[in-house]
Amino acid sequence: MDEQALRNAVFDALHRIAPEIKPADLEAGTPLRDQVDLDSMDWLNLLDALHAKLAVEIPEADYEKLVTMNDLLAYLKRKVG
Amino acid sequence: MIEFKLPSLGAEMDEGTLLEWKVKPGDRVKKGDVVAVVDTSKSAIDVEIWEEGTIYELMHEPKETLPVGTVIAHLLEPGETPEHAEEEKRRMAAEAKAAAPPAAPSPAPVPGLVPAPAPPSAEARVRASPAARQRARDLNVDLAVVTGTGPHGAITIEDVEKAAAAAAQPPDRATEMRRAIAAAMARSKREIPHYYLATDIPLARASQWLTARNEQRSVTERVLMAVPLLKAVALALKRYPELNGFFRDGAFVPGAGIHLGVAISLRQGGLIAPAIRDVDRKGLDELMRALSDLVGRARALTLRSSEMSDATVTVTNLGDQGVDLVHGVIYPPQVALIGFGKITQRPWVEDGKVVVAPVLTASLSADHRASDGHRGALFLVELARALQDPEKLDTGTG
Repeated sequence: MDEQALRNAVFDALHRIAPEIKPADLEAGTPLRDQVDLDSMDWLNLLDALHAKLAVEIPEADYEKLVTMNDLLAYLKRKVG
Repeated sequence: MIEFKLPSLGAEMDEGTLLEWKVKPGDRVKKGDVVAVVDTSKSAIDVEIWEEGTIYELMHEPKETLPVGTVIAHLLEPGETPEHAEEEKRRMAAEAKAAAPPAAPSPAPVPGLVPAPAPPSAEARVRASPAARQRARDLNVDLAVVTGTGPHGAITIEDVEKAAAAAAQPPDRATEMRRAIAAAMARSKREIPHYYLATDIPLARASQWLTARNEQRSVTERVLMAVPLLKAVALALKRYPELNGFFRDGAFVPGAGIHLGVAISLRQGGLIAPAIRDVDRKGLDELMRALSDLVGRARALTLRSSEMSDATVTVTNLGDQGVDLVHGVIYPPQVALIGFGKITQRPWVEDGKVVVAPVLTASLSADHRASDGHRGALFLVELARALQDPEKLDTGTG
């Protein structure tokens, strides 16, 4: 999966949870939860959606590495291969 | 014959608009079936029935706004015949007539006869073509409030249809919800003498236990910390039942079960606190499924009537927003609200040593008419204790 497709998949999943956000407004290097009002249920739903779409397992121990959009994209890229 | 009345779906609700019938005469219903969708100031709610029977007649049409307690349908009890129902209706109408003041007798409905719609006096003064009048009757539009655009200001069919479309527009949800929250919270602060207590709870054991439990699980099966917190609240409430229930007509009425109202903020603003029933009897996986389902449906505004009216106490979790302590406002007629702040790493003294541990501040707002600070304090201590034994929280079905 190329980077743009991955990016679209993440934005799509995020948009379903937080319809008020626009991809253009997100700063990829700034913590995601500072920019989008995501509670722990939203976060779990986001990972659940990515799990369903990309067939990746994201262990709970990795949550702390996934702070910014860049972190998330790089992490998923490694996992998806 | 069973009279099915429009239920109250919250402290601030005094009327609701019937949006849709989910049943028709002749349908058999059982406990928990959804019979209608009603719009309240907070959201569209699926209204359930709590009796078994066969729908006999629907008394009101969609789009009608009705006070809480209005009989909206008649049902036949199992084994009851329509003849018996008609007899019951005549008897009840006669009783109502006898009870009504003689100056304004309520006309008893004639069974089996559809009354011809008598034109109200206001309608008689309005200029409208017979076709427009017929259309207005079909669409349930009051001609007195329609602006006519025809010759001499006469109302046309188009005017009637436009008015019907405007009436079908949902009310401004955000404004309505703000109004409902304002009414409930103002009533709470006006009537309820709140007292507030808080305690810090170390969560090292509970979080280690939950991390280990989640480790082997796929993301779809993981349980959030909010779930053991809810379960611990329910178990502690079992020991302090005076915090679980309602203050009604000058006295405390204990709740029939431990049904936790979970405060859920909505993305477009406002909040809603639907209930998860019998939390004390559910296992953590079952509770997680219930919570996830409830949050999803609350945000999609597809809740059921029992969820809106069943809560015996409310839990609010503002930890995700980063605050340490909640001073909650009780949702009347409930008598307590439990608040959770953020789980943070803090210095904690254990066995005479200072360690770094995840700590959570839990708070209790309680109605001083129903309980005292002494018991409230014991409740919080019990809650903290329950969270030190996380394995025991995972009991119940599922």
